[in-house]
Amino acid sequence: MTDHLSRVFAALADPTRRAILARLADGNATVNELAAPFSISLQAVSKHLKVLEAAGLITRGRDAQWRPCRLEPEPLRQVAEWAEQYRRHWDERFEHLDSYLRELTKERGND
Amino acid sequence: MTDRRATTTLPSDTEITLSRVFDAPRRLVWEAMTQPQHIKRWWGRGNDLEVTLDFRPGGSYRYVEHAEDGTDYAFRGEIREIVPQERVVQTFEFEGMPGHIAVETMTLEDQDGKTLVVIRSSFSSTEDRDGMLSSGMEDGANASYDALDALLAELQR
Repeated sequence: MTDHLSRVFAALADPTRRAILARLADGNATVNELAAPFSISLQAVSKHLKVLEAAGLITRGRDAQWRPCRLEPEPLRQVAEWAEQYRRHWDERFEHLDSYLRELTKERGND
Repeated sequence: MTDRRATTTLPSDTEITLSRVFDAPRRLVWEAMTQPQHIKRWWGRGNDLEVTLDFRPGGSYRYVEHAEDGTDYAFRGEIREIVPQERVVQTFEFEGMPGHIAVETMTLEDQDGKTLVVIRSSFSSTEDRDGMLSSGMEDGANASYDALDALLAELQR
């Protein structure tokens, strides 16, 4: 689990790879389609795709010509859950801080 | 703009940041985040909180949260760095999982009369990061699809 989650985190650390995933969230795409918005070579895009594939974040079709890429949401969901738990914890705290700051502002305003 | 939830980013495989804007001047947010009588009022998320704090570089803190079910949760850390009204670097350790220490950097920035608070947590290893994950698993599954949506939205930014 640790190793796997680490691969996912590492795959997500790169902005080009995040953009590729975001594009795939809208639907499957070929390497050419994925490369279009970037000013990098097809080879570079292919390298990013390999990293994403190794992390289990995407799968690729068998058709040798097209090999369309497809987003695999499960590992992303694990990372999202992790981040979500952390965020929720702090959200509660921040909610209390927020109302406390309002209270303080009112008190100070009345001085 | 109705969504006031904190924004999460994942800068590396052992770091997570949270940011939120508060409608209060930086001076006041700083006071609320660094003085014991104020910390008591919000850090415990509605639970009673005991605060022991020696707020200086090299100082330390210990917070004990008394949960409604009678359980106590204790947290401790050392203060490493203080830049008044701007930045605090401190360690964070849950006493229920001793030895798993994260470094928290809190920064405050003016934003049109409001204050942007960013908390960056760095875990010393992926095991610590995942340890925190499993210690908070109780209600993980419920919101997981919301979480996925949120992450995808963030990826698209």
